[in-house]
Amino acid sequence: MESSNDIQLLPLMPRLINFHPRRSSALALSALPFLLLMLAYLFGSSLRLAENPDDKLLPALGNIFSTFRQYAFEEDARSGEVLLWLDTFASLKRIGIALGISSAIALSAGLCLGIIPALRATLGSFVTVISMIPPLAILPILFIALGLGEVSKITLIVIGISPVMIRDLSQRCMELPAEQLIKAQTLGANSWLLVVRVVLPQILPRLLGALRLSLSSAWLFLISAEAIASTEGLGYRIFLVRRYLAMDVILPYVLWITLLAFSMDWLLRIASRKVFPWAEV
Amino acid sequence: MAELTVRRLWKEYGSQVVLENLNLTVADHEFVTIVGASGCGKTTFLKMLLGIEQPSRGELLIDGKLLASEPDKERGIVFQRYSLFPHLSVLDNLLLGLELQGAPLLGKLFGVRRQQAISKASELLNAIGLYHARDKYPSQLSGGMQQRLSIAQSVICEPKILLLDEPFGALDPGITADMHELILKLWESRRMTIFMITHDVQESFKLGTRLLVFDKLRHDPQSPEAYGASITYDIPLRHSKPARSIAA
Repeated sequence: MESSNDIQLLPLMPRLINFHPRRSSALALSALPFLLLMLAYLFGSSLRLAENPDDKLLPALGNIFSTFRQYAFEEDARSGEVLLWLDTFASLKRIGIALGISSAIALSAGLCLGIIPALRATLGSFVTVISMIPPLAILPILFIALGLGEVSKITLIVIGISPVMIRDLSQRCMELPAEQLIKAQTLGANSWLLVVRVVLPQILPRLLGALRLSLSSAWLFLISAEAIASTEGLGYRIFLVRRYLAMDVILPYVLWITLLAFSMDWLLRIASRKVFPWAEV
Repeated sequence: MAELTVRRLWKEYGSQVVLENLNLTVADHEFVTIVGASGCGKTTFLKMLLGIEQPSRGELLIDGKLLASEPDKERGIVFQRYSLFPHLSVLDNLLLGLELQGAPLLGKLFGVRRQQAISKASELLNAIGLYHARDKYPSQLSGGMQQRLSIAQSVICEPKILLLDEPFGALDPGITADMHELILKLWESRRMTIFMITHDVQESFKLGTRLLVFDKLRHDPQSPEAYGASITYDIPLRHSKPARSIAA
């Protein structure tokens, strides 16, 4: 009968959604796409180099390594600086300051908007509209108004990420159960104490989450600003050597930026787990 | 002393009448239990006692003074859930009220005053059987433990009136007997007035010294919103105290 057939088939093949790889094989599976990408690159690179040994588009690994070593450990003939570290330090300083300022703005504004109805009524739609302005469209305004120095680059990142962070954090504030806020008032809290003891501590882990989500946009704005007007920085270097089709510089720089961004994300996640254990349980 | 007077109290939302013409005087140290069908204004009444809803007409007086129109420390509240602070340990949840009232700037106590607050909190933690769990976070507690903590959190601030909104509604039946014993013990030792909403009629008879039944006196099938609920039964439950506290 039909039903007996079904029963025989069932144990053979679990549904795809019910098949969970074991831990060891999950690790191998997650390495697979990286390996495939690497293989594809090596294959393409060797094909092109066999045809034309001077090909610049997909340089050989050895070539990339030697250029990277030169950038990371040797002083530049013209400036006397080790370029990779000069660029890394300049970029990290910009993005670090920008993330700090954005956090401070997002935390204070998000809290106020989320918890004070009158402020939300006044500024809520304003922030929503502001967050819709494409930040790169006002980059020329920033350069004109603030000059080509560090301030305009940092401002671009801050303008780019803080409105979204404000909206995220104020949303989180409003998601706190009303019961909690009422209970705190019956325990003697005024608006200030409510913020300090009840809302702020619960929003801080959300701030780290919002920061993690903003990292990729922050890097985007940083590299855009550096590409247009700068004298050092990771984005500046990539756009500088683009003129010479120097893929042997661009590729390791892109990998390095990715590694930096990934480490920042990872550090924020670890920090969140260590500092706010209650948010994980 | 906390005598509560309700005088010609009405609550309307637009054309919908929720409560009509409530009159009530509750003496100090009563344990008032409130039952009634859902949607008959029990919770609205409690919200007005709490100060998060305002009467449309009429007055609510505590010791002859008008009730403040926002929540304050005179009235404690225990909701069915969500009234603990997830970022604070059990001990800190209990300390919160003392800290909020003792430190208006930072809401945190330090040094000797913190030690005093901790010893007061520890005493209460022992009474509710949560001393061993004092360093845990609320999400690590069972539902019954959470409600015991939530009750203690309000009680430690010594409110004149304690409001309970179906506090045991989400708990296993096995645990409720313990909870009844606890709430009676606290009620007797602290001399507060309690208002408790429940959907469990047996519970309302067991705990209360006075039972209020909310229901609609009149009903218009053509427009069910036209008439609000009122107190249809006001039953004094005068059993002797020992019998009640042993909890049959």
